[in-house]
Amino acid sequence: MKQPKPPLLKNIIYAFLFGGGICTIGQAILNLFVTLGVPEKQAGNPTVATVIFIAAVMTGLGVFDDIARVAGAGIAVPVTGFANSVTSMAVEFRREGLVLGTGSKMFALAGSVIVFGVVTAFFIGLISALI
Amino acid sequence: MQSYTIERKIGKQSVLLDKTVTLVSSATVAGPKESLGPLSAFFDRSYNDTILKEKSFERAECHMMEEACHLALAKAGLSPDDIDYFIAGDLLNQVISASFCARRLAVPFLGIYGACSTLTEGLSIGAMLLQGGFARNILVATSSHNCSAERQYRYPTEYGYQRPGYAQWTVTGAGAVVLSSEAGEGPRLESITIGKVVDAGIKDPFALGVAMAPAAADTIYNHFVDMAREPSYYNLILTGDLGGVGKKLNEDILAGKGYTITPNYSDCGVLLYYPHQQVGAGGSGCACSALVFLGYFYEKMLKKELQRVLLVATGALHSPTTYLQRESMPAIAHAVSLEI
Amino acid sequence: MGSYWTAFLVGGLICVIGQLLFDLTPFTPGHILTGFTVAGGILGGVGLYDRLIEFAGAGALLPISSFGNALAKGAMAEAARSGILGVLTGMFELTSTGITSAIIFGFIMAIIFNPKG
Repeated sequence: MKQPKPPLLKNIIYAFLFGGGICTIGQAILNLFVTLGVPEKQAGNPTVATVIFIAAVMTGLGVFDDIARVAGAGIAVPVTGFANSVTSMAVEFRREGLVLGTGSKMFALAGSVIVFGVVTAFFIGLISALI
Repeated sequence: MQSYTIERKIGKQSVLLDKTVTLVSSATVAGPKESLGPLSAFFDRSYNDTILKEKSFERAECHMMEEACHLALAKAGLSPDDIDYFIAGDLLNQVISASFCARRLAVPFLGIYGACSTLTEGLSIGAMLLQGGFARNILVATSSHNCSAERQYRYPTEYGYQRPGYAQWTVTGAGAVVLSSEAGEGPRLESITIGKVVDAGIKDPFALGVAMAPAAADTIYNHFVDMAREPSYYNLILTGDLGGVGKKLNEDILAGKGYTITPNYSDCGVLLYYPHQQVGAGGSGCACSALVFLGYFYEKMLKKELQRVLLVATGALHSPTTYLQRESMPAIAHAVSLEI
Repeated sequence: MGSYWTAFLVGGLICVIGQLLFDLTPFTPGHILTGFTVAGGILGGVGLYDRLIEFAGAGALLPISSFGNALAKGAMAEAARSGILGVLTGMFELTSTGITSAIIFGFIMAIIFNPKG
């Protein structure tokens, strides 16, 4: 067996289908909140919360990683991936206690997204304030 | 001051043993994926889940090692009191599976770390202790567990990510073997070659086979040179867990040095699972060589279907810290020659 | 904002970019998702990400890049309102939902479930 290359075409197709699918479901949830009376500009928030909830449950049930093996970036890039990284750490390290395990390690994987998001926003904000 | 001659040292890295070191019994305990593989009939105990009703994956792994030890002792008709030293290791930080197993056994304990080469490292040290008259009966054990290893080296077990196709699957299982210098039936350890650490500069922690193959080739080469043997001397040359990719690399490196091992060469990582079990390039982990050799090939040797086997377990000696610090992965391989 | 087919298209394409980065570069998912967040922040800074959200709805809101956008927008908005210190005070205005939900639901799942391996 030579060092096998990833099946690129298959991965791209699944990433497109799963990513598009998840965002379409998200769009349906967003439209649902709008019809429930949430102003359109703010409907993104409960939508994101709902999607995070679903991804967290899937992680807890142990099915998220099975889907992610196929979906790849299609499920990792949307906020489902963020929810999974937090939930999987929280669940895994419960064994080391709620405080020192779950509490301390929850953001081990997702932390850099928050850190670099904040750092970027800081400089963007500074630049926008100064120009 | 008297000077002592080293009578048993052969060449640069090898030691010749006389007839006294026998593998009198072996026992294997396997996890769910391994129990669905082609060698499932050869394991003493199989579990169809990874937690074994324990509180954590770490405890489950220790449970497997304890069980393997007790089964091996029972098969040899010995109790822990008869054992002079317990030599064991595993993949976890501070070698906890071995240490906590040793706590239960209450036998003088030598904990070792050779990553996935632990089995042959343990057999080598045990053989030398027996050869030197420092013991009569030694228990060697090793274990690995997919979830405890994944959790420590890579990601939490429910994290969703795609592993590369050349990645390997850490085996869940444990193996134990009783070595004795007293009379007993079983393959005897004829010679050993202790490996040097070899670093091929590989930094990708998923490319274990490629990282370990040069170490395997180095040890096998030095074994042939020290013992003045050709590959054909052995019915079977068996590496621990190079996987499909590393196996090929090993063959190529040795061929380049003038030793063609392909006709009688196999790798435990390739043998343990069916292709449809989605294990990438094959199995890896301390239990890989333990389950395949102690479960399957040990039986074949007892039936004299194989008479001369060179077992070369291979280990990658990196840690999550060295990987993050952008170090490459040094590797090691220890070889033991078995005859019956 | 957005429609079903623009959400599908844009969401799918953003994920395809992610998959190409996963498979063709040596970077880990952690690196790549961080990169998406930073990209979202930069696009948010120049006002482009909001237009993408208008066009694609959930197709731009759900990818992690929108988190970067929301942080940048929060910082800029507060800075415009109350001066340069607003960069520090306003950042999490628009994104607290994501982090709060992840913490709460992650915590609850840790209480209910055990890892399956």
